[in-house]
Amino acid sequence: MEKFIGSQTIQFECPPHILGASSIVGPKEGEGLLKDYFDLILEDALWGEETWEKAESKILKETIHLAIKNAGIAIDDVRYVFSGDLLNQLIASSFAIRSLNKPFFGLFGACSTMGESLILAAMTVEGGFAKYCVASTSSHYCSAEKQFRYPLEFGNQRPPTATWTVTGSGAVVVGNHGQGPVITHVTPGRIIDLGVKDPMNMGAAMAPAAADTIVTHLKDTNRKPSDYDMIATGDLGSVGKELALELVKKQGYDIEQVYTDCGVEIYESDKQDTHAGGSGCGCSAVTLTGYLLKSMKAKRYNRILFIPTGALLSTTSANEGESIPGIAHGVVLENIE
Amino acid sequence: MAYHDNETLKKEYGKLVKQKSPKVTLLKNCLWAFFVGGGICTIGQLLNNGYKALDFSKQEATTLTSVTLIFLGALLTGLDIYDSLGKRAGAGSIVPISGFANSIVAPAIEYKKEGYVFGVGAKIFNIAGPVIIYGMLASIIVGIGYYFFGQ
Repeated sequence: MEKFIGSQTIQFECPPHILGASSIVGPKEGEGLLKDYFDLILEDALWGEETWEKAESKILKETIHLAIKNAGIAIDDVRYVFSGDLLNQLIASSFAIRSLNKPFFGLFGACSTMGESLILAAMTVEGGFAKYCVASTSSHYCSAEKQFRYPLEFGNQRPPTATWTVTGSGAVVVGNHGQGPVITHVTPGRIIDLGVKDPMNMGAAMAPAAADTIVTHLKDTNRKPSDYDMIATGDLGSVGKELALELVKKQGYDIEQVYTDCGVEIYESDKQDTHAGGSGCGCSAVTLTGYLLKSMKAKRYNRILFIPTGALLSTTSANEGESIPGIAHGVVLENIE
Repeated sequence: MAYHDNETLKKEYGKLVKQKSPKVTLLKNCLWAFFVGGGICTIGQLLNNGYKALDFSKQEATTLTSVTLIFLGALLTGLDIYDSLGKRAGAGSIVPISGFANSIVAPAIEYKKEGYVFGVGAKIFNIAGPVIIYGMLASIIVGIGYYFFGQ
């Protein structure tokens, strides 16, 4: 039987399981709205390391170890690791995974990396190429600010549309049998660029990609928004969330009842001064591995469409006046009896 | 849904983005900038008066005032205070000379980990560099104007 349906979606014949997941976050995320769901909250964003980059690598490495432990398997059982981050040349991932001694696929999907890594891990497992794979990603507020914006101590002003990069990492162990929710469908996203050029309004840049993936997924699977307990985009923030809702509505689907965004969920934006909300690879990753999967375990949600979103820009492309291409990958998670 | 070469869709979306994006609170920002910027300048004036009262010449007092404000800007940057001020005051704390100190000390702190040559040395003027370049350019243009028409 063919496993691809519609224009972009994959329907798994033997849906792979999420056997274990983990989340480690920084102090600010530990004060946010989802604080009760994370596995470990760091007291210090440097976590005893000398640099932000080393700290991010350590967070990612420990998150992967924890996910493997939570899955009840050994590191030796893992066959491939899929991971990516925001730093140039993916240094957070490669330096974290260097000590794992496992074959590694380095992915760049900006903040959509949790979706991209999950899709590829699920396909690899379901295709029979591995028994267990790890999908993971990380981001760090300080290393991201340093690379994309200004040194931390520089006294600049952030506009209300700006988002706050999440310090944190999420990892998931995908396996071909066992306990835990399954991945029934995935919808890899297209690059959509509607000409937004403002790197301080990335929610607006990514919203069209999120809307495109949501609509394509619903069409491909012939489902309605109400077939889901929750549709959660990655890091659009409050501005992007509104825009995505509007764009999906224009395509004839009303998702308002079930729709949320991880960037809106993670912080208490008025109190925490995060403006439009959270962003970064870690935003959707820790919301998934913390809040969403734990809520699924408690059977509060049984079918979720998880759509991490990414803004595919660099400081060079922004300086050269290019617009910001967006991407969004859809993953359906379901509790089965 | 369209691709990035659909100009009509891009225009329509641009309008929607404008409509849905919260506006910068201009009045509040202006007030913050006015009072913080004004406050820094008032401190400068007090310092200047103080130095003059200590019998420094006018030129010496001006230099000492700048040196003191730069020192304070650098100190507050190192103490993690200046960026909290800048977050609210914007241009009010960037434009005075203490902001210039902040724009040099902040990269120095951040890039120290990349070494003294390729880190601090190469990147210390990351933010202040453009100010220096265009400041010099402006002074050259004004100087040429002064040479021909000023006297």
